Amino acid sequence: WTSDTSFKTELLGLYGLLICYNSEDIRCKCICPPYRDVEGQIYKQNVSLKDCNCLHVVEPMPVDGKDVEAYCLRCECKYEERSSGTIKVTIIIYLSILGLLLLYMVYLTMVEPMLKRRLFGHSQLIQSDDDVVGDQQPFANAHNVLSRSHSRPNMLNKVEHAQQRWRRQVQEQRKSVFDRHVVLS
Amino acid sequence: MEEEDAAADPYLPYDGGGDTIPLQEIPRRGSNYAMSNGGGAASSTTHLLDFLEEPIPGVGTYDDFHTIDWVREKCKDRERHRKINSKKKESAWEFTKSLYDAWSGWLVVTLTGLASGALAGLIDIAADWMNDLKEGVCLSAMWFNHEQCCWTSNETTFAERDKCPQWKSWAELILGQAEGPGSYIMNYFMYIYWALSFAFLAVCLVKVFAPYACGSGIPEIKTILSGFIIRGYLGKWTLMIKTITLVLAVASGLSLGKEGPLVHVACCCGNIFSYLFPKYSKNEAKKREVLSAASAAGVSVAFGAPIGGVLFSLEEVSYYFPLKTLWRSFFAALVAAFVLRSINPFGNSRLVLFYVEYHTPWYLFELIPFILLGVFGGLWGAFFIRANIAWCRRRKSTRFGKYPVLEVILVAAITAVVAFPNPYTRQNTSELIKELFTDCGPLESSQLCQYRSQMNGSTAYTDNPNQPAEPGVYSAMWQLCLALIFKIIMTIFTFGLKVPSGLFIPSMAIGAIAGRIVGIAMEQLAYYHHDWFLFKEWCEVGADCITPGLYAMVGAAACLGGVTRMTVSLVVIVFELTGGLEYIVPLMAAVMTSKWVGDAFGREGIYEAHIRLNGYPFLDAKEEFTHTTLARDVMRPRNSDPPLAVLTQDDLTVEELQAVINETSYNGFPVIVSKESQRLVGFALRRDITIAIENARRKQEGIMLNSRVYFTQHAPTLPADSPRPLKLRSILDMSPFTVTDHTPMEIVVDIFRKLGLRQCLVTHNGNMLGIITKKNILEHLEELKQHTEPLATSWYYHKKRYPSSHGSDGRPRSRVHHVQLIRSFQDGWGGGGCSEEEEEEEEVCLLKGSNL
Repeated sequence: WTSDTSFKTELLGLYGLLICYNSEDIRCKCICPPYRDVEGQIYKQNVSLKDCNCLHVVEPMPVDGKDVEAYCLRCECKYEERSSGTIKVTIIIYLSILGLLLLYMVYLTMVEPMLKRRLFGHSQLIQSDDDVVGDQQPFANAHNVLSRSHSRPNMLNKVEHAQQRWRRQVQEQRKSVFDRHVVLS
Repeated sequence: MEEEDAAADPYLPYDGGGDTIPLQEIPRRGSNYAMSNGGGAASSTTHLLDFLEEPIPGVGTYDDFHTIDWVREKCKDRERHRKINSKKKESAWEFTKSLYDAWSGWLVVTLTGLASGALAGLIDIAADWMNDLKEGVCLSAMWFNHEQCCWTSNETTFAERDKCPQWKSWAELILGQAEGPGSYIMNYFMYIYWALSFAFLAVCLVKVFAPYACGSGIPEIKTILSGFIIRGYLGKWTLMIKTITLVLAVASGLSLGKEGPLVHVACCCGNIFSYLFPKYSKNEAKKREVLSAASAAGVSVAFGAPIGGVLFSLEEVSYYFPLKTLWRSFFAALVAAFVLRSINPFGNSRLVLFYVEYHTPWYLFELIPFILLGVFGGLWGAFFIRANIAWCRRRKSTRFGKYPVLEVILVAAITAVVAFPNPYTRQNTSELIKELFTDCGPLESSQLCQYRSQMNGSTAYTDNPNQPAEPGVYSAMWQLCLALIFKIIMTIFTFGLKVPSGLFIPSMAIGAIAGRIVGIAMEQLAYYHHDWFLFKEWCEVGADCITPGLYAMVGAAACLGGVTRMTVSLVVIVFELTGGLEYIVPLMAAVMTSKWVGDAFGREGIYEAHIRLNGYPFLDAKEEFTHTTLARDVMRPRNSDPPLAVLTQDDLTVEELQAVINETSYNGFPVIVSKESQRLVGFALRRDITIAIENARRKQEGIMLNSRVYFTQHAPTLPADSPRPLKLRSILDMSPFTVTDHTPMEIVVDIFRKLGLRQCLVTHNGNMLGIITKKNILEHLEELKQHTEPLATSWYYHKKRYPSSHGSDGRPRSRVHHVQLIRSFQDGWGGGGCSEEEEEEEEVCLLKGSNL
């Protein structure tokens, strides 16, 4: 157990730099079952590992001096630590990614089609859909492979291109999963 | 040499008739072949492809939904390795490069381990928090889940350990009261509301961003590891969406777990990191070694069982698993477990929530209930596979599958409505398993442990856990029974929903519930009938005799074993969960029984069943092939089919070649010497041909539609006015695998399995006769499974089926009927309607599967 704690403070993987240890993050928890007429109790103290035993943690002692030993024998004390900073950072990261994804999803499914319709009218939309579908020629594939390795457009074009490709991929995936039920059903 | 090769032309008129080769000509022909194959005697290496020429970008890659050729990939890797090794001594830079190359395998598994450990930590923490969000919030610190919220609170009592003033249930926040029917209804409503919104978000994200993120992923990963390509299945978006939606799906309370998807997440990490290293990004076979290691890391973090993870990778998912991969898997699992342990997501210094420690011994007579639990596990596994496959087939084939979002919402709503009233289904499944695994001691206050003596405040705790049951235990028992039925039904409908959904946790929960019920029953039996001869011998009155928690554990292992049909890895995983060597025998007995019972009802586990349902081209190495069919029975073209589409080595034009490609959908074409001599030269893949032609059009001057295409070392002699010929030798696979038509299928299937072939050419007397692809073999296996005829009649059987292909004397009839050249070229595509039978790949198989 000692080695555990020492390596833990040294190594906090991803979050190592973000977090400094909080004094709230260690506890010694003693669970004492019912004894004679004393009810079961849970004691928590913020003590170090070597002090984590019944005598240091159980305060006030519910029994008289001569029974302390018998009472303490039944108690189970466990030293535990957590990293509240890790939890906080993780939850914040998770929620921000989720939020961004939701925003992007709303944009993709609602705002963008609306904008497109307003800007280009209906015909354009249909045509761009056709573009995606009509890519079935045997040599078009080779064309794709080769053009991927040759064209070196500027940054903005690249992003645009990558986005288009991603979209086509997702559409393809959607078709195979939800419509044709070819994979993953 | 040049003269010799140019003299290949004089062979053309030779008819190549198999039986009539003039004997003296054989050696000459042989020498000629050696020269044209090896690319000259100077390079004595076993070049598969001609590396002397400038490589065409894109050649040697694969299309979506195609199978890789393991042999070709491995050869490619060896070639690359040889090149690096030979350059090593040239300069310090080259030496560094070779070192980097040698170490990149370890680097990539280290990175994979780090990433999958970190992601598992994120998923664990976020899923716990979101799960508790259904119940209430921590007012002092929003980001804490229920347990963490009350972590330092001193107000928790022995009886109600999870109550503290910082944690507010929704009823307390909204209505201001914690007790009473009003608050119950409020909590109920909020529970359903959150469950539905989580499920809805999950399925929407999956649908919009990454449809491949749904499901458990293990069947697909098995297929991918066996050599299938599913583009985007292990990509960045799949990784992100799977991670995010997995948390939502687990938190929505659906009957699913995060263990299977974690394997998928780890494999995504492996795939993404392998792009950093050219050794792995450019070679599909090498990439699969990384993926094997990654799946070990995934299980390692899912169960906190590094060794179990390695064995899982070996037993369940991997197809090709050399020792080097074993060590790398071991290392990846170690790194991943280490990272997760340092994140410490559960605050218990363990990698899983339901880690337990027992120290009580077990007795011999307890093997009977353990084996009974094994029988239950096997029955449950068989039932689950049947029911789930039937339901998934329905989803796949009927209109019902058109509404994935609605289906998820519906299942989530039913789950939430039914789950809330029962405390055992309301809580997180991992927590339920933890509670069921935990043995009743003096320190426990759960309902399951309410034995009489503990409740009486007057009597002190005696050291005897085998107590008469108290009403608390009885009510817990029927609640558990209801929970069992509920879990069984819901899991069938949940697995296969379009959200990330694993199977391990629900299966384990079902087994743990059943096991705990059996355990408590045994305990009570031992208490009330301690004078039975069984109990008299082992359980003295007042002695610690039966451990219900152990029964729960054995039951969990048995049920998981029944569903997945894993054995060794499962026992090791459960052993690593408990850390007790003494329970290996009960676990082994239960898992083995469950496998036997399950296999009696159907040999395949849930993953194989899903692979078969989806029609993935997966050749299971575990099944034995016992039929006596021959290669010519499986080979294409069949008798009724149009002849094989072949290319000749030097008398096609670009236009004709393009026409062949446009007219057919086959993925590869055998190349033969000439129409007359149908001797095999090599094999060219469709994708490579298309890329090479397109490349030549762009880069090489003078390639016209009527340019001659040649696969030989030297250009054929052409008329002076003809355009520049196109050399395609670099894309020709000159060592395709061939078998003769009389090779038994047992051997062919073995070759396919062990070498991971994609196709195999069939020759007769050295002449091209047909082709066997992986898909043909799968179809053949399926066909044999449909009507398993007695082995003895097999010969008669195929004789009857192909009466016209063999004469009465057993000799094959003339080869010309099998292989015909594409006549239509000469007819100016007049007979364009004739489509040549040749290799059609998995895509067709997949499409066929969708019509089921």
